[in-house]
Amino acid sequence: MSIDIETARRVAKLARIKVEDEDLPALAGEFNTILGFIEQLNEVDIDGVEPMTSVTPMRLKRREDVVTSGGMQDKILSNAPDAREGFFAVPKVVE
Amino acid sequence: MLDLSFETPKPKVIQGAAQDWELVIGLEVHAQVSSNAKLFSGASTTFGAEPNSNVAFVDAAMPGMLPVINEFCVAQAVRTGLGLNAEINLMSAFDRKNYFYPDLPQGYQISQLYHPIVGEGEILVDMGPGVARRVRIERIHLEQDAGKSIHDMDPHMSFVDLNRTGVALMEIVSRPDIRGPEEAAAYVVKLRQILRYLGTCDGNMQNGSLRADVNVSICEPGAYERYQETQDFSHLGTRCEIKNMNSMRFIQAAIEYEARRQIKIVEGGGKVDQETRLYDPDKGETRSMRSKEEAHDYRYFPCPDLLPLEIEQAWVDDIAASLPELPDEKKARFVTDFGITEYDASVLTAEAENAAFFEEVARGRDGKMAANWVINELFGRLKKEDHDITESPMSAAQLGGILDLIAKGDISGKIAKDLFEIVYTEGGDPAGIVEARGMKQVTDTGAIEAAVDQIIADNPAQVEKAKENPKLAGWFVGQVMKATGGKANPKAVNEIVAKKLSS
Repeated sequence: MSIDIETARRVAKLARIKVEDEDLPALAGEFNTILGFIEQLNEVDIDGVEPMTSVTPMRLKRREDVVTSGGMQDKILSNAPDAREGFFAVPKVVE
Repeated sequence: MLDLSFETPKPKVIQGAAQDWELVIGLEVHAQVSSNAKLFSGASTTFGAEPNSNVAFVDAAMPGMLPVINEFCVAQAVRTGLGLNAEINLMSAFDRKNYFYPDLPQGYQISQLYHPIVGEGEILVDMGPGVARRVRIERIHLEQDAGKSIHDMDPHMSFVDLNRTGVALMEIVSRPDIRGPEEAAAYVVKLRQILRYLGTCDGNMQNGSLRADVNVSICEPGAYERYQETQDFSHLGTRCEIKNMNSMRFIQAAIEYEARRQIKIVEGGGKVDQETRLYDPDKGETRSMRSKEEAHDYRYFPCPDLLPLEIEQAWVDDIAASLPELPDEKKARFVTDFGITEYDASVLTAEAENAAFFEEVARGRDGKMAANWVINELFGRLKKEDHDITESPMSAAQLGGILDLIAKGDISGKIAKDLFEIVYTEGGDPAGIVEARGMKQVTDTGAIEAAVDQIIADNPAQVEKAKENPKLAGWFVGQVMKATGGKANPKAVNEIVAKKLSS
């Protein structure tokens, strides 16, 4: 797989990261280096090998269905650039 | 074994300008899981709280916060799967669906694309007595709900409330087995009914607890059967997805509109674009959501914060053992046990609470009569005041008491209706009320005879006419009933009047 400049532009847009046009070729190059490195893994035969999801044998941790958090509107909103009447206020987004 | 046999309904046919067309519909229903806390945080799921007060740091995606799964939500999904006769996957896993939107602070939704917790199941969609459509369920997966954006509080700003962010959703995906707008609505009605019986979703569409995305395509008659034989989608037309509908009426109207729109395009020589559309209830039309299309590159990948979800068969078996009797079985049992019609059984089993109420009234009494009184009198009365059965001022024991008085011949059907009204509005023991207010039917023939004699004596002219025309006896019966305040046993009055007039 190889990343061209257009793909690099698209990935940046999907990630909401602003990348200037002149920086795109270098970015695409770096992507390709990383992907090339990772592609070496394809040489390993993994037929019949179960994916390893954890290095230690662990069971997914569960919680009980009990309310243990909330009631802290002020803390939740404290980092908001703008908040009104208990809501986050953001530039208008309409479908 | 209960008889659950049925006939399959005919697909809806829409006449185009040039030919007939059929519809093919599949639904993705998002059902909010009934739970106290959210899927991955300890914040409350209560609807209608102060904005941003039911939010944990996990929901707000504060750095370093990690999701921990609510085991009860998992149990609810399993329960739902079992209720839909579906396969339960003992190993499932969570994936990230990446997109940016102000009501999704994480920048991704945790969902289950590759390994859903529930596999294939089915729903029997009732289309009338003896007619039903079997709709296959493809899968059910668990995922997080998004927050809520409000756009009409300010001309330049949107307001975001994260209370719903992270609440557990079940996405229930059907196969394209639905063949018309009415069937689609009936499918949602049936699914909602099952979820409410199971207690896994409250089904409140107004509050958004149940929302449907509808996939619609059109095809020529015969094409659908070829698809069903081969499971090859190329026999079907290109589908459009209508997003986020929360009313049965809108679902029907949107499908109807969308089908006609597609027919017009195809008959005009054009091609339907596969796209996401939005239904506008004010205009009664669907329109393209192009903005959504562009962002539709979700770059799913396994969520690194969560290990695969492994559950044990014994745990699933415990849940299976706790399932209630579900609507189809209950309906069939009501027909057999109480001798009522399938239609009445459908009405009575629409809600589990209604069914339980009816059963209590009907037990040890005449089933048909109980059904009649529960449906026509009680439901009718409750509906007048926009109440449901849980708000009924009359208990099943009270209604049963009224039926007992009728069965014993203590009160007539007409008096029973008066008594019903008294018990409904004032409460109290029916038998006691009948006794205290002298509402008992007069079956004492001596008293009725005296009343008949009196009427005959007072109306000699009418007596002459009635002797020539026996049909006029009805007038005497009416007079006697009036004179006794409706308490005379009508059968006895009829007999005595006939006897006296012919003598």
